[in-house]
Amino acid sequence: MIFSFDLLINAVISGILIGGFYAAVTSGVSLAFGILDIVNIAHPAFIILGSYVAYIVNATFGLDPILTAIVAIPPFYVLGAGIYQVYYVSFEKRGQESLRGLAFFFGLLFITEVSLVLYFGVDYRYVDAAYIGPTWHLADVDVPLRILVPCIVSLLMIAVLQLILTRTFIGRAIMAVAQDQLALRLMAVDPVRIKRIAFGISIATASLAGAFLIIIQPVEPSVGREYIGRVFAICVLGGMGSLPGTVIAAMLIGIVESLTSTFYGPSWAPAVSFGFLLLTLAVRPAGLLGR
Amino acid sequence: MRTPTFLLICLVIAAVVFTGSLAVGNDYVFFAGYVVLQYVVLSTAWNILGGYCGYVNFGTAAFFALGAYSTVAIYKLTTGDDSYSISIPIPVLMLVGGAVSGVVGFGMGYLTLRLRGAFFSIATLALAVVLETLVVNWDYVGGSRGAYVIRPEEIALIGNYIRYLFLIMMLLAVAAITVARLIEHSRLGYGFATIRDDELAAEACGVPTLRLKLIATTISGALMGMAGAPFPYYISYLQPDSTFALDYAVNSIAMPLIGGTTSWVGPLIGTLLLGSLQQIATVTISSAVNLLLVGCLLVAFVIVAPNGIIGLVHTYLQRKPEEFVGRRRVDADAPEAVP
Amino acid sequence: MNGAMNSAMANTDLLQVDNLGKRFGGFVALENISLSVAAGERLGLIGPNGSGKSTLVNCICGTLRNEQGAVRFNGRQLDGLASHQRTRLGLARSFQLPRPFVSMSLIDNIRIPLLYTVAARGTGRSAQDIDTRCADLLHEVGLEEKARHLPRDLTQVEMRKLELARAMASEPKLLIADEAMAGLTHSEIEEILALLVRLNEQGVTIVLIEHIMRAVMSFSRRLVVLVSGRKIADGQPDDVMRDPEVERAYLG
Repeated sequence: MIFSFDLLINAVISGILIGGFYAAVTSGVSLAFGILDIVNIAHPAFIILGSYVAYIVNATFGLDPILTAIVAIPPFYVLGAGIYQVYYVSFEKRGQESLRGLAFFFGLLFITEVSLVLYFGVDYRYVDAAYIGPTWHLADVDVPLRILVPCIVSLLMIAVLQLILTRTFIGRAIMAVAQDQLALRLMAVDPVRIKRIAFGISIATASLAGAFLIIIQPVEPSVGREYIGRVFAICVLGGMGSLPGTVIAAMLIGIVESLTSTFYGPSWAPAVSFGFLLLTLAVRPAGLLGR
Repeated sequence: MRTPTFLLICLVIAAVVFTGSLAVGNDYVFFAGYVVLQYVVLSTAWNILGGYCGYVNFGTAAFFALGAYSTVAIYKLTTGDDSYSISIPIPVLMLVGGAVSGVVGFGMGYLTLRLRGAFFSIATLALAVVLETLVVNWDYVGGSRGAYVIRPEEIALIGNYIRYLFLIMMLLAVAAITVARLIEHSRLGYGFATIRDDELAAEACGVPTLRLKLIATTISGALMGMAGAPFPYYISYLQPDSTFALDYAVNSIAMPLIGGTTSWVGPLIGTLLLGSLQQIATVTISSAVNLLLVGCLLVAFVIVAPNGIIGLVHTYLQRKPEEFVGRRRVDADAPEAVP
Repeated sequence: MNGAMNSAMANTDLLQVDNLGKRFGGFVALENISLSVAAGERLGLIGPNGSGKSTLVNCICGTLRNEQGAVRFNGRQLDGLASHQRTRLGLARSFQLPRPFVSMSLIDNIRIPLLYTVAARGTGRSAQDIDTRCADLLHEVGLEEKARHLPRDLTQVEMRKLELARAMASEPKLLIADEAMAGLTHSEIEEILALLVRLNEQGVTIVLIEHIMRAVMSFSRRLVVLVSGRKIADGQPDDVMRDPEVERAYLG
């Protein structure tokens, strides 16, 4: 292990940038799990779906992936709303979400991933854009644009999400539905509709996150699996549902992963976020009612 | 039906199946059958924690792999160059694999079972990845290159070694089903059901929920480890990414949910059906379609037939579609499974 | 209650709550709650909605952890004991919103405390005995006809009865009945009251948490009033109801 300050600085910067991206990836889960209590472990699969959408449009029309993703937001939103409706009718209403709801999302994860394999095969896909090649060299620090750009747009996206959640009526209703459904009903707001909107937004973020992913690295269907533990680790660390918390936790994990990868080798990196997760869960205040 | 009688019947059926398979004359039956039997154990084991207690374990692969890699480690330890080699019998390897997995199951349960079910499930996902990373970085068991285990050609009395593996796995399957059934009919089974229905109320009734959950996790993990122990001999070349594959998780979850989670019969039915379907699909179409099939069936059943095939049968027979197949009295002579 | 009476009662106190406090984040749910319940007593606990009655029960029974204060049952400190351990010591409660085991028949619901609480005390009952006891308990609350039914087949009232029967099944020394009578008709209330009186005569100490004043007044020998997480009165029912602070809490 050769320790050099250069290496350290680069690893940390790299971690921060990737962390920004991780935050975008996790934001959907923060919304679904942190706020709505829906354990959507299929979220990474939807992100990969977003990546492939960006890939097809980019390969066919040469359109910028981020722009594609923005255009793809409505269909992803509709997908999310539809999935929630099925989830609600089949599980939440019957009180079965713990076992069968989880199994439902697990099944969706597989269906999505395997469908992508069957349609696209297991080759790595990538996109072309002006900012993918170049790297900025600032003093001793290398900042690859293909990571910087997604990071910046990620943080923008999260800022927008936070504004929606805190400043708009729908957003505040979403925050409220987690805490007091009865109060919402008394205000003549349908909690189910609110949750449907929230889940739709959650999946919509996957569209953008997917575009960011394929900008940063080549994608093939099973790449999503690495992210399952990562997003939940970040969500839990970040305090479940707090977007600012998610950003901080994401960057923290990004940095630790980057340092581990740089100084101990990339084969240890997957264990970082998952290890973090186990640690957090073990040390977290216990109790069935504690939340 | 008393347990010894049940066990006897199962062993008779097992003997019939084994002899029948021998009569087929093609050893492929044993190769395919081994996988199906392995999944009988995995899904029955999963169901003890998942179906009975309501805690979803996504880390089946982790416990399975622990058993497999325990075998590899022991193999490496006992097989030097040709100058010495001690052959450890498979049943012993199973016990070791089961012990290792059981201990890890207990440990993980201890860390996470005080929390909500969802957190436990996420933790099991994490466990699988952490373990895989550890194995990949541990050169002694082959690391990412994989490990070779030489399968003996033959074994006395039975012939081809694969038949021996099949037989062992069948006996393990019988054991797993017997254990599951024993739990169901004992006080432990009632306790597990209360955990699934309402943990808070269970505690208020005097049920030591944490202790029971730990018991379930340990038994479940141990059985999965035992299923994994012979695997290196079956497959000869063990690779981390296929051993730790999420595919084990989706199968061991789908099979009980499709068959029915409330009794030992469910995972058995689910495995036999789904397992056979998969063997056919893999051979005729592709293994990717295989997984798609599992995913679709899982989602379909969970939405449309939440009580699985058992539930459908009950509805068809126009009994009340009860979640829990008519609970019987606690068997007066059944051993108290809980201190 | 003043100090002298406290020490006089100390020996026969079954339940003792000392300076109990519970917060949820910044919200103070309970503050400095002290009360005692003597063996064989019939205590009523009343207070407006949100005053902390159920929180208090949860803290006593171990469902929630109180940050301050201590609870002693039968002379034994309950701090750190899990809910099931407290039940095994003889402390039982029914839930305000009934929580039956939905996948089991009524008789199996009743069986659980017998299997796990009574059996844990080492009274070795045969399966036959347990069956009989379950049937008896269901009979006491008038549910024996629905013994093999699932909870979802029950009416609201029947669910409350099941809830009580299940609490009784653990053969408690002290039973906390949390709003067991909400929504019942006049005669149903009488039924439940008679049941609780019978239990008390058999030696079970009862804490009755209720809104239905008629029931509370007729049943309780002593009344405790909780308002906004604080105890504001503790004494004879008639005296307590005349207390100006209590009047204000209910009428003002």
